[in-house]
Amino acid sequence: MKTKQKTALRVLVSVLIVILSLALLQRLLMPKYVDGIVEGAFVAEYYKEVKDHDLLFVGDCEVYENFSPAVLWQDFGINSYIRGSAEQYIFQSYYLLEDAFRYETPKVVVFNIQSLQFSEAQSEAYNRMSLEGMRWSPTKVKAIFASMKEGEHFLDYLFPLLRYHTRWSQLESTDVEYLFKTKPVSFNGYYMRVDAKPAENVPKGKPLADYSFGDKAWEYLDKMVELCEKEGVELVLIKAPSLYPYWYPQWEEQMEEYAVQKGLPYINLLELQEETGIDYTTDTYDGGLHMNLSGAEKLSRWLGAWLMEHTSLTDRRAEPELSARWEEKLSAYEAEKERQYEFYGIEKP
Amino acid sequence: MLFTSYGFLGFTAALFLLYYLLPKRCQQPLLLGASCLFYLAAGPGYILYILTTALTVWFAGVRMGKNAVEASAWLKEHKEELSREERKAYKEGRKRVRRRWLAGCLLLNLGILAVVKYLNFIIANWNAVLTAAGRTGQLSFFALALPLGISFYTFQAVGYLVDVYRGTVEAEKSPLRFLLFISFFPQLIQGPISRYGDLGKTLYAPHGFDAKQVSFGLQRMLWGYFKKLVLADRILAAVMTVVGDVGTYQGAYAAVGMLFYTVQLYADFTGGIDVTIGLAQALGITVKENFVRPYFSKSLKEYWRRWHISMCSWFRDYLFYPISTSGAMQRFTKFTRKRLGDKIGRRLPVYLSSFVVWFSTGLWHGASWNFIVWGLLNYAVLMLSEELEPLYERFHKRFAVKGKLWYRLFQVGRTFLLVCVLNIFDCYATLGETVRAIGSVFTVRNWSVLWDGSLLKLGLTGLDYGILAGGCALMLGVSLVQRGGSVRERIHEKPYWARFVLWYGLFLAVLLMGAYGVGYDQSQFIYNRF
Repeated sequence: MKTKQKTALRVLVSVLIVILSLALLQRLLMPKYVDGIVEGAFVAEYYKEVKDHDLLFVGDCEVYENFSPAVLWQDFGINSYIRGSAEQYIFQSYYLLEDAFRYETPKVVVFNIQSLQFSEAQSEAYNRMSLEGMRWSPTKVKAIFASMKEGEHFLDYLFPLLRYHTRWSQLESTDVEYLFKTKPVSFNGYYMRVDAKPAENVPKGKPLADYSFGDKAWEYLDKMVELCEKEGVELVLIKAPSLYPYWYPQWEEQMEEYAVQKGLPYINLLELQEETGIDYTTDTYDGGLHMNLSGAEKLSRWLGAWLMEHTSLTDRRAEPELSARWEEKLSAYEAEKERQYEFYGIEKP
Repeated sequence: MLFTSYGFLGFTAALFLLYYLLPKRCQQPLLLGASCLFYLAAGPGYILYILTTALTVWFAGVRMGKNAVEASAWLKEHKEELSREERKAYKEGRKRVRRRWLAGCLLLNLGILAVVKYLNFIIANWNAVLTAAGRTGQLSFFALALPLGISFYTFQAVGYLVDVYRGTVEAEKSPLRFLLFISFFPQLIQGPISRYGDLGKTLYAPHGFDAKQVSFGLQRMLWGYFKKLVLADRILAAVMTVVGDVGTYQGAYAAVGMLFYTVQLYADFTGGIDVTIGLAQALGITVKENFVRPYFSKSLKEYWRRWHISMCSWFRDYLFYPISTSGAMQRFTKFTRKRLGDKIGRRLPVYLSSFVVWFSTGLWHGASWNFIVWGLLNYAVLMLSEELEPLYERFHKRFAVKGKLWYRLFQVGRTFLLVCVLNIFDCYATLGETVRAIGSVFTVRNWSVLWDGSLLKLGLTGLDYGILAGGCALMLGVSLVQRGGSVRERIHEKPYWARFVLWYGLFLAVLLMGAYGVGYDQSQFIYNRF
C-alpha cells in the first residue's frame, strides 16, 4: 500500500512539474508586445476595460492609428473603444465584434472596409497578433478556423508554446520582466504616434486582374450587418483616409452600391480632405499610410461630430464614474504625448 | 500522415487508448482499421494497390500451403505403395504447381512495383537512347503516383510468399490477418521489412498493458523524434543548400555536404525506425532491429551487416541465395571452373550474383541512375575488398596492428568516409552533378570556407551548429553505451527522479529545439521516398 501511495504521489508531482514548467515556458516564450511591435497587445487590452462603450471601432491599422477615443470623449462625451490590430482581416473583425458583444452592446459600430481587399489571411504573423489576445470562447475557435493559412494548425493556437518553441534564442529582458504582468500600450485601442513624415511619391495602385471583393469578404460583411441588426446596433461603414494601400475606384463603386442596398451609412474619408482638414504633409507619420496624432485628432473631431448628428450616440460627460475613469485615461494620454514629443524632439503644437 | 505531424501523434494517442481500453479481442481489428485509415490518409486510391498485393499474395500462399499439406498427407498415406522414384516424382509434380503459384504471384506484384516505380524511368532512358541516335518517336510519360510504402510492403509480401513456398512458415489462413501483416502502419512507410515468422508472433497475440514495455516504447519514440526533429531536419537546410547548387558549392562545401548528409541520413532513418519500433513496443509488438551502430563498422562489408539490416537480409535470402544456388548458376559454376580454373571459376558466379543483388539494391532505392551507380559502387568496393583480403591479412600479420585501438579507429574512420562519399549519390539531382561535386573535392581548393564563416551562410546559424554538435555527441555517446547493453535498461535502473529529469530533459529538447511548426517545412523521412 505504501509503495502504491508513493508511486501515485511521484506521478502526481511529476505531472504537476510538467504542467507548471510547460505553462511557464509558454509564458516566457510568447511575444510580450510591450515595445517595438506593440500591435499584438491591442486585442487583449480590451478585456481589462469596464465594458460600457457606446461606440466600437473594428478594423485594421486604419482604425487603431487614425481615430482617438480620447478626443471623442473630450469633445463629444462618446465612450468608445477600438478593437483593431495589424492587418486585421474582415473575418477577424467580425469575430472580434461577436466577442465584444458577449460583454457589451454598444449603440454604434464603425467598421473600416479596407480589409475587404483580402478574402483570405495573408500572413500567419498578423493572424497571431489578431487572435492570440482573444479570450478563449467558441467565437475565438471560429475566428482561428476562419483565419488559418495552409500549414497552420489549431493546436499551435491552443498551445502557443508549439508556435514559439524556437524563441528561446531571441529572448529579451522584457520577456522576463513581463512574464506575469503587462503594461498598457494603447489608449482605448488607439496607437499614438506624434512624429510626422509627409506623404510624398505615394505609389499609384497597380492594375488588378479582378476588382471584385472575394466571396468570403462579402460573406463576413453580410454577417457583420446581420449581427449588428440582431443586436440593435447601428453600423457605420468608413474608409479611412490612408493614401496607401491604394483604394481603387472600382472598390469604391462596390462599397457605395452595397451601402445603398443595405441602407447603411458609408463615409469615404479620402474624399473629405477639406472637411476633415487632413494635411498630408503634417498629419501622417509614415508618408500617407497612417495618421499621426495630429491627423487622428482631426479625424476624430470630424467623425465625432458626424456621429453625434447622425446616430443615437449621446454625450455622457455628465456621468461622474465614467468621467473619473476618463480623467485617468486622459492624463495617461497627455503624458504619452509629452513623452513622444520629447522623444522625437518635436515642439508641442 | 507524417510521423512528425500533429495528426499522427493524435492518431496514435487515440489508437493507444482504445488498444488498451477495449477488450483484447478487439486489438487486431483495431490495428487493421488504424492501418487502413493511415493508408487512406495518403490518398484513397492507393489502398487498391496494397489490397491487390494482400489478396493475391494471401491467396497464392493459401494455395501453396494447401498444396504442401495435401502432398505431405498423400505421401504419408501412400508411403508404402510408392517407390522412392515415384515419391520423388510426385513431390516434384506438386512442387511444380506451387512454383507456378509463386511465379505468377511474384510476376504480378513485382510487375505492379515495376510499373508504378520504374516505367517512367525506362521510358526516359529509351527516349534518351532515341535522342542520342537522332531518332524520333519519343514515348510519353505516364502520370503514375507511387503508392505509399509500395517498395516496403511488396518486399514484405514477397518474402512471406517465398517463405511459404519454401515451407519455412505456414500460410496465413485469414486474409485480414495477412493484410494487417503487410499494412501494419508503423512500419509501412519506411520499414523495417519484417518477416512473417518474426512479426507475426507478436502482431496477432493479445497484449495487456505492460507499464515497462509501454514506457520503453515511448522513450524509444522520443529518442527517434529527437534524432529526426532536432538533428536531421535541422541539418537538412545546409544539405539542401549545398546539393541544390553544385556550381557554387564545390570543393570543401561538397565535402561538408557529404558529411552533413551522412549525419542527416543516419538521424533521419534511424530516428524513423526508432519511432516505428518504439510505437510497436508500446503496443506490445516486437519489430526487429534495423540498425546496429552502423557507423562503428570497420569495413563496408560490416557496415552492410549493420545498416538497414532487414533490407540487406531480404536481398541475401530472397535474391542472392536463390540466384547463387539456382540450377543455371550451378551449371555456370561448372563451366567457369572447367574453363578458368578452380580459383576464378568459383568466384565468378558469386560476383555475378552479387552484381545482380547490388544492381537491384540500387534500383530498389529509386528509379534513377544515381541509385544504380550507388549500388554498383558499393558492389565494386565490396568485391575489391574481397579480392584484397589476403593482402590485408598479410599486412595485419606483418605489422600486428589488428585489434589495436588506433588501428580500429582508423578502420572506422576510413569506412565512415567511404560511406559519406557513397551516400552522396542519393542527394544530387543527376549523376553528372554527383560526379562533379565529388571531383571538386580534389580539384577546388577552398578549404578556408571551413573556418572563415562561410558555413554560416548555408542556412544554419552558429546556434544551429552548436545544437548539431551537441546532438551528434549525444548520439555517439548513446551508441558507445549501447555496446554494453540496452541504454533504456540502464536508465531504468536509476532512481525515479534521475530518470524523470533525463527523459523530461529529452522531451524539452525536442519541444524547444525541434525543427517543426511555422517556419519549417514538414520534411518527409528520407526512406519514405523509397
